Amino acid sequence: MSILVDKNTKLLVQGITGRDGSFHTRQMLNYGTTVVAGVTPGKGGVEVEGVPVFNSVAEAVKKTHANTSIIFVPAQFAASAVYEAIDGGIKLIVCVSEGIPTIELVKITAYMKDKNCRLIGPNSPGLVSAGDAKVGILPGHIFKKGSVGVISRSGTLTYEIVDHITKVGLGQSTCIGIGGDPIIGTKFIDCLELFAHDKETAAVVVVGEIGGRDEQDTAVYVKKHFKKPVFGFIAGKTAPPDKRMGHAGAIISGTSGTAAEKIKVFKECGIKVGDTPAEVAQLVKSTVKD
Amino acid sequence: MLKVHEYQAKEIFKKYGIPTPKEKVCKDVTEVIAASREIGTPCVIKAQVMVGGRGKAGGIKVAKNGDEAKQYAQQILGMEIKGIPVKKVLVSEAVAITHEAYLGIIIDRTEKKTVVMACKEGGVEIEEVARKNPEAIYKVYADPLLGLMDHHARAVGLFLYDDPKKAFGCASIAQKLYKIFTHLDASLVEINPLVIDQTGQLIALDAKINFDDNGLYRHADVAAMRDRESEDANELRARECDLSYVKLDGDIGCVVNGAGLAMATMDLVKHFGGEPANFLDIGGSSSPEKVKNALDILLKDKNVKVIFFNIFGGITRCDDVANGILQAKRELNIKQPIVARLTGTNEEKAMEILKTAGLVFATTMDEGAKKALELLK
Repeated sequence: MSILVDKNTKLLVQGITGRDGSFHTRQMLNYGTTVVAGVTPGKGGVEVEGVPVFNSVAEAVKKTHANTSIIFVPAQFAASAVYEAIDGGIKLIVCVSEGIPTIELVKITAYMKDKNCRLIGPNSPGLVSAGDAKVGILPGHIFKKGSVGVISRSGTLTYEIVDHITKVGLGQSTCIGIGGDPIIGTKFIDCLELFAHDKETAAVVVVGEIGGRDEQDTAVYVKKHFKKPVFGFIAGKTAPPDKRMGHAGAIISGTSGTAAEKIKVFKECGIKVGDTPAEVAQLVKSTVKD
Repeated sequence: MLKVHEYQAKEIFKKYGIPTPKEKVCKDVTEVIAASREIGTPCVIKAQVMVGGRGKAGGIKVAKNGDEAKQYAQQILGMEIKGIPVKKVLVSEAVAITHEAYLGIIIDRTEKKTVVMACKEGGVEIEEVARKNPEAIYKVYADPLLGLMDHHARAVGLFLYDDPKKAFGCASIAQKLYKIFTHLDASLVEINPLVIDQTGQLIALDAKINFDDNGLYRHADVAAMRDRESEDANELRARECDLSYVKLDGDIGCVVNGAGLAMATMDLVKHFGGEPANFLDIGGSSSPEKVKNALDILLKDKNVKVIFFNIFGGITRCDDVANGILQAKRELNIKQPIVARLTGTNEEKAMEILKTAGLVFATTMDEGAKKALELLK
């Protein structure tokens, strides 16, 4: 088992004819993901990497029974692509696009309410259920099937930590990049709720960063409700206040959202925190036997 | 996050019908003298810099007459507040304040909604109040699809003022603030303080608007308000090159792909006892050109003694980064030693490209950070 994506995933790629869309379609196919369709309005009828392209999500879903979508369209059109996926009956939407105005996410969140659909991202590298499916841009070769769940607000930092976990001899169940924007569809806690019921997952690594208070809320949730061991890493201990550190969501506002504050709450709630990515893997290894 | 000056925020306020004091922005003493005549004395001379604590730093003065206006203008124009030179002042009518309050809008990341916040104390640091005395802040969440409803706006007004006329005047101001927030993709709009003058009128005495960088593509007029002079020249250049750069005070320059890893790299340098010189994210699909630009920007900081490349190739190809390093070495006359940790996509090719380039190689980021530190000695 794993969470969110697996061998039953039937993937639709929105923006498949673009440079990133076509490149990563090939990468995902190579990993073994079942990619059933692509959508680029106006380009229906062609094929990309052997995958049929449709003019609309609704048509693609009707013809191919796609249940998951990944979005590679430019930021200006990404919100609209999310709405189309929701209305097209997609159950899991992974939005890789970076740069969507935050107010659009406020509206998307409201529109999705009461609809049987989940959004991951935006500004997400996607997710991998090791050995089963990759829906995203994460490099497939660093993953090994195993029992560690990983949730992260970052991209390459996630690869770094996954790589360490693999190199200490452990593997991953599912690794999710939830996205670096201030408002995202699926948060740490949402992922933990799923990991709680996943028999394959024995422990979870939470990779957070400065900005907002999701990590703090997550720590409290872990203490109250989550039975499996959780390990943490927080990036941005040396970040200055009021400066956006790359990710739109990675900003210390005045004195709130600092790494120190998050690490403190993690520790208070029983989450073991690694000072470096390498240390995180060592901590996991000391607890989890794969 | 794009910040604008008080006078620019007030221009937007006026456009949306929020009452502001009579005032004029001036760039030299002559203009201040003229403005003080036009507006009348007493008047307030306010330094236009985008940092808090202007008053405490002596950047806001009340001039009782024309001579004082001239004298204060001379003092304030050209002074530095928290290291930022004052290039402009706002000459404002002196409002006789009878009441002060706080009114602001931000996005609540946890609730995933916009929230209007009101506080009966004006001139406060709202984050400070939120932490120490959260009950003092009245919050109303706007409906994401319907907007700020009238009864919600009135509730904000009634929280701040007992007098219904003032309360409903405030409700109207809250509605206008919400329009600004949503129309212009703001990340913060704030009236601090919102005051009542002797005649009972509500006036936005100060104004602050921050904008969501992600929304700027659809607001050319807002993007044009950027005060390029008040920003770090290197950070500006980085933005134009599609790089994300923040200067810090250390001596180990970091070049990294991805924001999270870039922060983790800075932290690691510090962890081993060093001081990072910067945050620098070269982004995903990095071309050699981008790597060269990154090094060019990094080396404008004269504190940089060692350069540490930490690349985890996914979409980023290590050979592209390697070619960028070579190109930069040829064109930029780099004297500082470079430590390179390049792993992931095409790392073998990268090693081949760089094997005679005189770099120090590392296989892990721990090793890279340690080697960078050794080179400082």
